[in-house]
Amino acid sequence: MTAAVLPGTAHNGLARGRVELLQFIRDRTAVIFTFAFPAMLLLLFGTIFGDSYEDTGVSVSQVYTASMIAYGILSTAFITMGSGLAMDREDGTLKRLHGTPITSTAYLMGKLILVFVLSIAEVTMLLLVGVLVYDMPLPDASHWVVFGWLFLLSVIACTLCGIAVSALVKRARTAGAILNVPLVALQFISGVFIHPITQLPSWLITVASLFPVKWMSQGFRYVFLPDSMKVYEAAGQWELGRIALVLGAWCVIGLVLCLVTFRWTEKDR
Amino acid sequence: MDVIEVSGLRKTYRGHDAVRGIDLNVPRGEVFALLGPNGAGKTTTVEILEGHRRRSGGEARVLGEDPGTAGRVWRARIGVVLQDADDAADLTVTEMVRHVAGFYPDPRPVAEVIDLVGLTEKSKARIRTLSGGQRRRVDVALGIVGRPELLFLDEPTTGFDPAARRQFWDLIRALAAEGTTILLTTHYLEEAEALADRLAVLSGGLIVAEGTPATLGGRGAAGARVSWRHGGVQHTEQVTDPTELIRKLVAEDADLTTLTVTRPTLEDTYLTLIGDHR
Repeated sequence: MTAAVLPGTAHNGLARGRVELLQFIRDRTAVIFTFAFPAMLLLLFGTIFGDSYEDTGVSVSQVYTASMIAYGILSTAFITMGSGLAMDREDGTLKRLHGTPITSTAYLMGKLILVFVLSIAEVTMLLLVGVLVYDMPLPDASHWVVFGWLFLLSVIACTLCGIAVSALVKRARTAGAILNVPLVALQFISGVFIHPITQLPSWLITVASLFPVKWMSQGFRYVFLPDSMKVYEAAGQWELGRIALVLGAWCVIGLVLCLVTFRWTEKDR
Repeated sequence: MDVIEVSGLRKTYRGHDAVRGIDLNVPRGEVFALLGPNGAGKTTTVEILEGHRRRSGGEARVLGEDPGTAGRVWRARIGVVLQDADDAADLTVTEMVRHVAGFYPDPRPVAEVIDLVGLTEKSKARIRTLSGGQRRRVDVALGIVGRPELLFLDEPTTGFDPAARRQFWDLIRALAAEGTTILLTTHYLEEAEALADRLAVLSGGLIVAEGTPATLGGRGAAGARVSWRHGGVQHTEQVTDPTELIRKLVAEDADLTTLTVTRPTLEDTYLTLIGDHR
């Protein structure tokens, strides 16, 4: 054999990302549901709860806009990844790739590219609704820096957890149902749908604090709301350091779970 | 060193023995067919050799490496044609072939591969819109795009119409002529007979017979049955070599319009083999 070189993981990963995006865009139902659902929820909540928080001049719909960004990232990253992996295992995508020289890292890179592009589009869509419909002011540069690392940590943590959870999904048809259980439960206890979070019993807040969603929604409220709104948070503070710490920890937990549970085929144990 | 070397291969799923000790050698350039009824262990054996499953026991060497631990370089040298994939439905044929070609160090030109499997007219069609037989041809294209030294084909022509099957056989012969070693599973006997240099019959996780299509299960030595009518009476004789008998009949001026010479078909032999071991 000649010394022809195997294409590298980064090269293959980019090619996977391109193909993942192409397939996603061509499945029109997926496009509509993934993007329209969080935006629709935001419009509904904003219309139903139209009041302002006393003395702050901040409307409930603006708070929802900030919190729903956390939901948008969670649903995009976690569901796209969890059900996508289950689907790839079922329709032969993974088996096909495993018969070629591609690495699992390149495959996961492709998924990560898909998730990042979708999450950026999702957040843009929610911000457009917030700004155009609810007159939410956009923050200054220092807040955008926080947005940057918060977005990055959130997407990575949710994606890795999605991969890990997909190991529990035996058939792709049940993926939506299985993945939505933790998702919806966490929305309700993490201050996304119900805010101020302090309305919840304190033990429930403690439970929510173990998971990333509470910290994501709190972080995005810091980014997009005036400083005076911090009194409505569980600690009465934005707790940026703790947000970074918890999300960082979930990235590590997710990565470990991924490495332990990822396998090319479902059948072999 | 043979391309595939297997001895005492076993696979157990939760106490059920799917493969119970297989010995197999396939030299370079050979087309080898594994025949057997459903559940005989064909797919399990092939998937172990492809590196998709772990074996429970025995030795396996494919292209000189253990398929259970072989890496990327090894996988660039094999080609796998999947049996029942329906992935990449929203990509076009060209997009998918080009995508997979990009994983290999020295792939065949994309258009050439698509032409080889006879899908040039469908190259811009989404894979979702293809018929079952066309879909399988995409699988073949993806299996050969990396110029494999060894190609695995697991029941490749299931769902093909007769014309597509003939066309597919021509393709396999062309690949074999280029020197590709091919391991094929099938339950179509005429397919094994048409393509294979050698074949083995699997039944209940064991190889019950091995040989060439002409000699499998003592088929070559089984002789022929000669039948003819003479004077309104049906005659039948079982002989090792029919030449002598036919010469005699010609000399006797027998009515040869009714003459038949039959050997046991591969199917007869096969059914006897798997019947004995059921």
